[in-house]
Amino acid sequence: MNAMIPLFVIVPLAAAFFMAILGRFIKNFSKILLNLELLFLSYLALHFILNTQGILAYRVGGFENAGDIPIAIYLVLDGLSRLILLVISLIGLLAAFYSTSYTRQFTQERKYYILFSLMIAGMNGLVISGDIFNIFVFLEIAAIASYALVAFGIEKQQLEASFKYQVLGGMASLIILLGIGFLYWQTGTLNIADFSRLPVSGPFVKLLAIFFLVGFGLKAAIFPFHSWLPDAHSSAPSPISAMLSGVLIKAIGIYAIFRIFFSMFALSYEIAMVITVLGTLSMIVGGLMAIGQWDIKRMLAFSSISQMGYVIVGIGIGMILLATGGSKVIAGFSIFGGLFHLVNHSVFKGLLFLNAGAVEYATGTRDMRQLGGLAEKMPLTASTSLTASLAISGVPPFNGFFSKLIIIVAAVSAHFYWLAFIAVVVSIITISYFMKMQKYVFFNTPQTDYKNFRAIPLPMNLSMIILALLCLLLSLLVLPQIRDIFITPAVDALINSLQYTAVVIG
Amino acid sequence: MIPFILCFILFLIGIYGIITQKNLIKIIIGLAIMEYSVNLFLILIGYINGGTAPIITHYTSANASFVDPLPQALILTAIVIGLATTALLLALAIRLYRKYGTFDIRKINSLKG
Amino acid sequence: MKGMTVIVKKVTQFMAPVIFIFGIYVVLNGHLSPGGGFAGGVIMASAFILQILANGEILDKLRKEESGLEFLESTAILGFLVVAALGLLLSGSFVFFSNFLKQGVIGELLSAGIIPLENIIVGTEVCAAIATIFIALVVFKDEVTK
Repeated sequence: MNAMIPLFVIVPLAAAFFMAILGRFIKNFSKILLNLELLFLSYLALHFILNTQGILAYRVGGFENAGDIPIAIYLVLDGLSRLILLVISLIGLLAAFYSTSYTRQFTQERKYYILFSLMIAGMNGLVISGDIFNIFVFLEIAAIASYALVAFGIEKQQLEASFKYQVLGGMASLIILLGIGFLYWQTGTLNIADFSRLPVSGPFVKLLAIFFLVGFGLKAAIFPFHSWLPDAHSSAPSPISAMLSGVLIKAIGIYAIFRIFFSMFALSYEIAMVITVLGTLSMIVGGLMAIGQWDIKRMLAFSSISQMGYVIVGIGIGMILLATGGSKVIAGFSIFGGLFHLVNHSVFKGLLFLNAGAVEYATGTRDMRQLGGLAEKMPLTASTSLTASLAISGVPPFNGFFSKLIIIVAAVSAHFYWLAFIAVVVSIITISYFMKMQKYVFFNTPQTDYKNFRAIPLPMNLSMIILALLCLLLSLLVLPQIRDIFITPAVDALINSLQYTAVVIG
Repeated sequence: MIPFILCFILFLIGIYGIITQKNLIKIIIGLAIMEYSVNLFLILIGYINGGTAPIITHYTSANASFVDPLPQALILTAIVIGLATTALLLALAIRLYRKYGTFDIRKINSLKG
Repeated sequence: MKGMTVIVKKVTQFMAPVIFIFGIYVVLNGHLSPGGGFAGGVIMASAFILQILANGEILDKLRKEESGLEFLESTAILGFLVVAALGLLLSGSFVFFSNFLKQGVIGELLSAGIIPLENIIVGTEVCAAIATIFIALVVFKDEVTK
C-alpha cells in the first residue's frame, strides 16, 4: 500500500516528459495523456481516502533510520495531505478537460500541457514530502511551471504580470531557502518530524517562523504580500487562473504554512495570533479592493485574497485555541470550517474563472462595462456563474453558506466576536460585488451586438456543469457521515500534530 | 561569524537592488545576488577547517575530517533552480523588450492597481 | 550574430573537444571525486557555447538543432525517472530510488550501483538543457535586435 505513495510524483513527471517526447509526433497526445493522468491521480487520491487511515510514511531509497535519526527522504501521507491531493487532482482534471478546447488558440499547445503536468507534479510532491527542503524543491517546480504558464499568452499584460510574479516569487523562495539554511545550521536536521521533537526555543525559533511566514505568505498572497496575485491570476489563461487561484495558492501557500506551524514548530500563541490577524486583514482588503474592479478576472483574483482570508481565519482560530489550551472541540470545529471553506473555494473559484474564460472566449473581452445581456446568449455559462456567485457569497443551500456559517459560529463560540462580525460584513461585501458582476455581465442590456460571438464547445460546458453540481453537492459535507470520510481525518491530523512525529520516526 | 554577517549584507544588497533599480536586467541581477548570498551562506554552514571532499577513496585516511555534504547537495539543487528561474526571467525580459522597446519598468505599465 | 576572427575560431576548434572530454571525465568520475552529473554537464555544454560564440554565423543552422536538443533532454530526464522507478519493481520491497545494481569495490570506476548511470543521464540532460537555453536566448536576441 505504502509503495503507491511515490506514484503521486512519478506519474505526472513521467507524463510530462512523455508529452515532451511523443507529443510532437502524435496529434492530441498531450491532451489525452494529461486527462488520463489526472483521472488516475484522482482515483489514487480517492482510493487513499477511502481505504487507508492514519499516517503513512514512505522512505525513498529504502534507508533505515540510524538509531532514531531519520536518514532517508520521507514521503508522508496524512489526513490533510490526502484531502489536498484530492482537491488538486479533481480541480486539475476539470481544468484540463476545459483546456482541451480552450487551448486551440495557442500555437504551442503541447508545451502548455507539459507545464500543466509539471505544476501538478510539483504540488503533489510538496503535499506528500516530509522534509522541509523537499517542500522547497517541489514548491519551485510548481512555481516555475506557473511562472511560465502565466506568461503563456505572450502579450504585454501576461509578460509584465509574469515578471512581477516571478521577481516576488523568487524573493519568497530565497527567503524560504535562507530559513532552511538557518534551520540546518542550528539543529542539523531538515526532517519535519525530527525537528519537531527537538527542544528548541527562544529567538531562533521566532526568526525561523518569520522567515517561513514571510516566504510562504508571499506564495499564499496573504495581505501585506498580495500585490502580485491580481496581476498574475488575471493575466494567465483561464484554466490556469482556475488552477492558480483554486489550487496552487492553497497547496504551496496555505498547506505549507499550516504543515510547518502545526507539525514542525510547537504551537505558539504569538504566531497563531499573527496568522489570524493577517488572515483577517486579507479578508477585508481583498473584499474592498474587489468592489472597484471592472475586469472580471481581476475582481475574481481580489476575491481569492479575501476568501483565503476566511480559510486562514478558520484554521487560525483553531490554532489560537490549541496553543492557549482552549476547548479542543471548538478548535476542531473551527479548523473543520477552514478546511471546508478551502475545498469549497477551490470548487467555486475554479468555476468562476472558467466562466470568465468562457465569457472571454465567446465575446473577446473581460471588461464588465462592455458586456451585458449574456444570460440569453449563453444560458449555461450564466446559470453556472450564478450558482458559483451565490455559493461564494454564502447563500443557502450552496456549500459556501455552510463553511462560512461554521467559521462564524466557531469564532463566536471562541469569543472572537469582532472576528465574527468582520466575517459577516465581508460576506455582505462579497455578495455585493458578485451581484455587480452578475448584473453587468449577464443581465444588463447589451452594450454591443457581439459581432464575433463564438459558441462554447462541449468540453468547456461540461467542466462548468460538473463544477456547478459540485457546488451543490459539497454542502453534503456538513453531514457527519460524509464529513468523517473526507474532512475529519484532515482536522485530526492538524489537532493531533504530535502523532505525526511519533508515526514518522516510529 | 564575520563571513555570515557579510553573507547577510550581500542578501540585503540584493533586496536593495530589486527594490530600487528601474532596469529589468538590473532587477534580475539583484535577484541573482540574493541567490548567491544564500548559496554562500549554506556552504559556510557545512564548512570545517581542514575538511576534505566528502567522498571515500583509496587515499582517505581513517581519521580524516569531511566537510558536511548535505549543504552541498542543497546548494547544488538551489543552483539548478536558480538557473531555471534566471533563464526564464531573462527570456521574459527579452520578450518585454520586444513589446515595449525598453527595459525601464516605469514605461512597462499596462497593468494598474 | 557575427562570428569572431579566424584566430579565435582556430583556437576554439582545438579547445572545444578538450573541454568536452574533460566534461565527460567529470561526469564519469562523479561518484569518485567532486563533480558529477550537473558540473560535468555544464562543462560539456560550455564546449558547445564556446563554438557558437566563436562561429556566430552558424546560428541559422542551429534552429533545427534546438528541437533535437530538447528531445535529447526530455529523453534523458525520462531515463532518469525510469532508472529511479525500476527500483520500485526490482528491489523486491517497492523502494523508489533503490540502488539495485551491484555496489562493487569502493574507489573503482565501475562501482556504486546506479549512481554512475544516473550521473551519465544527468550529465546528458544538463548539457542538452543548458545548450538549449543558450541557443534559445541567442536566437531570441537575434530576432529582437533585427
